[in-house]
Amino acid sequence: MTLEAKQVSFSIYDQRILHEVSVQIKEKQFVGLIGPNGSGKSTLLKNMYRLLKPESGTVLLNEQNILKQSSKAIAKNLAVVSQETPVLFDFTVHDLVSMGRTPHKKLLELDQEQDFQIVKDALKQTGISHLAKRSFSSLSGGEKKRVMVARALAQQAQVLILDEPTNHLDIQHQLQLMDLIQTLHLTVVAALHDLNIAAMYCDQIYVLQHGRIVCHGTPQEVLTPSLLQEVFGVFADIQTHTLTGKPYLTYVPEQFAKKVCQV
Amino acid sequence: MNKKFMLFSSVLLLVLIVSMTFAVMVGSVSVTPLYVWKVILSKLPFIQHMIEQDWSRSQEIIIWQIRVPRVILAAIVGAGLAIAGAAIQALVRNSIADPYILGISSGATVGATSVIILGAFSFLGIYALSVSAFLGSLIAIGLVFFLSRVGGRISIFRLLLAGMAVSFILTAVSNFILMMSKQEGALKAVMFWMLGSLAGAKWNNIVIPAFIFFVVFGLLWLFYRNLNLLLLGEEAAVTLGVNLQQFRIQLILLVSLLTGVLVAVSGSIGFVGLIIPHIVRLIVGSNYKYVIPISALLGGIFLVWADALARIIIAPQEMPIGIITAFCGGPFFIWLLRRNNYSFGEGD
Repeated sequence: MTLEAKQVSFSIYDQRILHEVSVQIKEKQFVGLIGPNGSGKSTLLKNMYRLLKPESGTVLLNEQNILKQSSKAIAKNLAVVSQETPVLFDFTVHDLVSMGRTPHKKLLELDQEQDFQIVKDALKQTGISHLAKRSFSSLSGGEKKRVMVARALAQQAQVLILDEPTNHLDIQHQLQLMDLIQTLHLTVVAALHDLNIAAMYCDQIYVLQHGRIVCHGTPQEVLTPSLLQEVFGVFADIQTHTLTGKPYLTYVPEQFAKKVCQV
Repeated sequence: MNKKFMLFSSVLLLVLIVSMTFAVMVGSVSVTPLYVWKVILSKLPFIQHMIEQDWSRSQEIIIWQIRVPRVILAAIVGAGLAIAGAAIQALVRNSIADPYILGISSGATVGATSVIILGAFSFLGIYALSVSAFLGSLIAIGLVFFLSRVGGRISIFRLLLAGMAVSFILTAVSNFILMMSKQEGALKAVMFWMLGSLAGAKWNNIVIPAFIFFVVFGLLWLFYRNLNLLLLGEEAAVTLGVNLQQFRIQLILLVSLLTGVLVAVSGSIGFVGLIIPHIVRLIVGSNYKYVIPISALLGGIFLVWADALARIIIAPQEMPIGIITAFCGGPFFIWLLRRNNYSFGEGD
């Protein structure tokens, strides 16, 4: 299953947030979106999961316009872990993860043994089985995030949209989560803040700046000292890591800027 | 949870039946529970001939014609307002919402006031009050609905604000009619209606509320997954496949229909729709699979008792039931407010 944004533009009031942005995620590809705060990553993702409607351009899920499909049909194929972990009132972790089964349920259908098993697996995969009976509002930020991921897994969609999934997580859970997502072999698009994580896990990276795609390609192609300086305004030394074979970034203070640029 | 839920709801159902029996027993003439059930059973097909008729004609009238319909109406109104409140709290994602927030009761009051004071709809006879109250609530909700649509979408903020604005205007209309009236006792009659009363219950005017209640209850219960997702917020609802605009409109229609019908027969009884959903969430959590049925049961029990109290507390006169619900509900709500481990929602 593929996901594609074609020339998507979007404005809030008169402010252009996205300028004809095109992103293509091929079958089972892991695509990262990087860019500084306010570059339009979340807005682009929200356009892709239909929370926002593009001003112009289209979003295609498996080559079909998402605006022409029912919400339910899309939710069967597309799961989202958004930045918000809103919870008003109170649900248990198990209740919340079970809600991931909603798009697969008919009006009169009750949860079956199979649904319970899927929920149980999702809890296990995200390492939160022991929290199943806890109330969601009593959890820490990182635990809440993992519940949201478990809910998306319970949805059993082929395409996964993640908006800063590693936010709030400690380093162990950041890597665990990214490893888990990688082993699921889904079509994934993720907005990422940590460029080293992006370098380690992404097949393709798109760089957003001021609502435009500045460049895209493999991590090796995209993550260069000049790009980091231009887009993020930071200086970084970039090496190929001996174990992972992926680019590894070390941010350096400005006094070393000249040396970095010489490399 | 399923087993616990079955057990808990069976216990509540039993409590409801016992409460209703008790409520039929009390009043100016008291009767024993045995007679209550004998009279009721004698009215049912198939088993009626098995019951020996050893009660007087007046006892039968008191039980069957006066008290039983009234107690049934109390249970339906209580259950209906409680589920309407639970649904509206999910719709607007706000725990201070109640079924009247969309202007329904103020609209109904205009209708009732114009019947009581101006004598409108007099050709409808005894149904004038209910019909005009229902029409009033329809007009109010229609206005609110129209005002809250922006570009074909329902904005929840506008819905709440429009509900308030329409309520203010319609309350002003009722007050104006009241102030201009020269009739003695009109003020009291309107006041009594506003505070709510189940005194008008008869077999022929509880059929419609009962039917509407069961239809809306069934639908809301079926929609429990969507209600849960609404509670989580727009983003969760959209990404988990709820057609938000369509579902919001369905919910507004269902709740308005139910509330409008209930208000038409009982006046605007306050507090039930606000407080029962909170008590239920305190007991069973926020999952609407349980919140809807338990709210219905608990709301029914609460109002049956409130109505029994309304009848006996200053007998032979009757107390408006709204005073009882507020007196019992208020302190409980304050206690709930002071508890630290109960969440009223966002920002709490």
